[in-house]
Amino acid sequence: MQNVVQINAVQKIYSMGENQVHALRGVDLSINTGEFVAIMGASGSGKSTLMNILGCLDQPTAGKYTLSGQRVDNMNKDQLADIRASSIGFVFQGFNLLSRTTTLENVELPTQYLRHRKLANPRQRAIDMLSLVGLEDRLDHVPNQLSGGQQQRVAIARALVNEPSILLADEPTGNLDSKRSAEIMVLFQQLNAQGITIVMVTHEDEIAAFAKRTIVVRDGLIQSDTLN
Amino acid sequence: MLFSIFQTAFKNILRNRMRTLLTVLGIVIGVGAVIIMVAVGKGSEATIQKQIESMGTNLLMVYPRAFSSGGVRMSGTSRTSLKLKDVQSIKEQSTLLQGVSGRVRLNEQVIAEGKNWNTSIEGVNPDYQEIRDWHLAHGDFFDDYDVRQSRKVAVLGATTAQELFGDASVAVGKKIRIRTVPFTVIGVLQSKGASGPGGDQDDVIMAPLNTVYYRLSGRNFINDIYVSAVSIDKMNEAQAELEDILRRIHRIKAGQNDDFMVRNQSDILSTATDMTKTFTLLLSAIAGISLLVGGIGIMNIMLVSVTERNREIGIRMALGARGKDILLQFLIESVVLCVLGGLLGIAFALAVCYGLEKWTEMTTVIDSSIMLIAFSFSAAVGIFFGYYPASKAAKLNPIDALRYE
Repeated sequence: MQNVVQINAVQKIYSMGENQVHALRGVDLSINTGEFVAIMGASGSGKSTLMNILGCLDQPTAGKYTLSGQRVDNMNKDQLADIRASSIGFVFQGFNLLSRTTTLENVELPTQYLRHRKLANPRQRAIDMLSLVGLEDRLDHVPNQLSGGQQQRVAIARALVNEPSILLADEPTGNLDSKRSAEIMVLFQQLNAQGITIVMVTHEDEIAAFAKRTIVVRDGLIQSDTLN
Repeated sequence: MLFSIFQTAFKNILRNRMRTLLTVLGIVIGVGAVIIMVAVGKGSEATIQKQIESMGTNLLMVYPRAFSSGGVRMSGTSRTSLKLKDVQSIKEQSTLLQGVSGRVRLNEQVIAEGKNWNTSIEGVNPDYQEIRDWHLAHGDFFDDYDVRQSRKVAVLGATTAQELFGDASVAVGKKIRIRTVPFTVIGVLQSKGASGPGGDQDDVIMAPLNTVYYRLSGRNFINDIYVSAVSIDKMNEAQAELEDILRRIHRIKAGQNDDFMVRNQSDILSTATDMTKTFTLLLSAIAGISLLVGGIGIMNIMLVSVTERNREIGIRMALGARGKDILLQFLIESVVLCVLGGLLGIAFALAVCYGLEKWTEMTTVIDSSIMLIAFSFSAAVGIFFGYYPASKAAKLNPIDALRYE
């Protein structure tokens, strides 16, 4: 199996005036195609930093990061933006849909930032993704006409529209009740079963239980890495 | 890509209609003011040009100049160098001049049928009518015979006729008294309308030069000489000839200063238009400042918009937007705002100019180039004042922007 994510000795140091905060102290991690990984850890453990680096929103201070065979730790801002557009799908805790913008337009949004390849038919692709998450009859709704669970489904469709190599979810069920949470996790399992690689940050054990592999981060290091 | 950026820009502009309207108002007023000021300026330029052209055609004017002798320059009141006999000499010696008329000007009280009026009395030659392009409404102008005989006949300007007789058409044949001298009215002039500086051109009485000179003025000099050249393209040669003749008859040696000066109509025209041009420039510069203030309003609202939409910017960046994409998006929004303001400003200016033409005496000249300039200037204002907020948006860190509440 091919490695989607390959991280070697990654460090992240934040300078706060004279203090230096070591958020990551040398993390090694590899994630294969088709995996469903949950990253757990307490607040301040470094799991958000790890997520930001995995999502190419942030650069490691030291270490090597290869995403789908491409070195990304030495890329500039624009190159990182292109990688985010083409290879990474984000799902956030707060859904982060554009308000007063229809479901379809929200899902289509990332397609305009795709630079190095083109989707044959972005609109059709967006509609396909919305049917994949079961919202094909909600194309013209705006976010505040949808429930939280539906909004998160729209966000998932948006994350998938550019055919990313990895889906990154940051506390995807944090704003949902347990019933909706379970529905979203079942959807994740279905997507994973279709071959989509998913990395999810959570602090809830029962949510992490839906994943195939659980990584626990503590004090900037990986404490445990277990298959469920 | 670009299409969807424009789409987003329009959507955001339409989202806050009231805010958009108020923001754009600054640009509307700025662009409108520039166009209106230039239109009014050009309008008054055209009016002045028309007035100067109404002075006559191919016109040359001879004024006395205080001459200096041995380094002593005489005061302005000693401008007595033009004599009555100069008129006849010029007439006899010139080849390029069509009409020649001397002029003596006085201000006198005029009495007719119990009414009285203070007006300007001009003693002139018959040529004056053609040189200054006067037309008669009633009666006739006097001729050379009247001048030679110093006959006491008068031609009234439209205003004077109105003031003295109430109705210009009854004036011909009536008697008037200028100071104590009785005159017979033989004609009334058509109105030329008010002239800018110097007041009402129609408030005048014209009488034969010799009559006014000998019976009323009590002077030994005349005020000025009006001359017309045979054609417009002979103006410079005619002026040179006129100067030669005057130097000869005034016995001015080479190297000595002239005791007269000759102005030609195009000089006066260019002086006057230069003046209005400066005036127009000043007015439009002030109007330009309001455009600048409007631009600052745009910048202000764009900064607010960037802060409000921090999260949106974060989302877009996380989804793969480059800084450049965000910059372009906000820049286009600001340009669209300004262009919208520019278009409304043009409409506003056209409406105001139409109103000015219709309900006031003002003439306005709207030319398309100034509309184009004002319009592109407003787009430039959009780019200039939109750049800072847009670059601020583009420099946001996506992690911080996503966390923004």
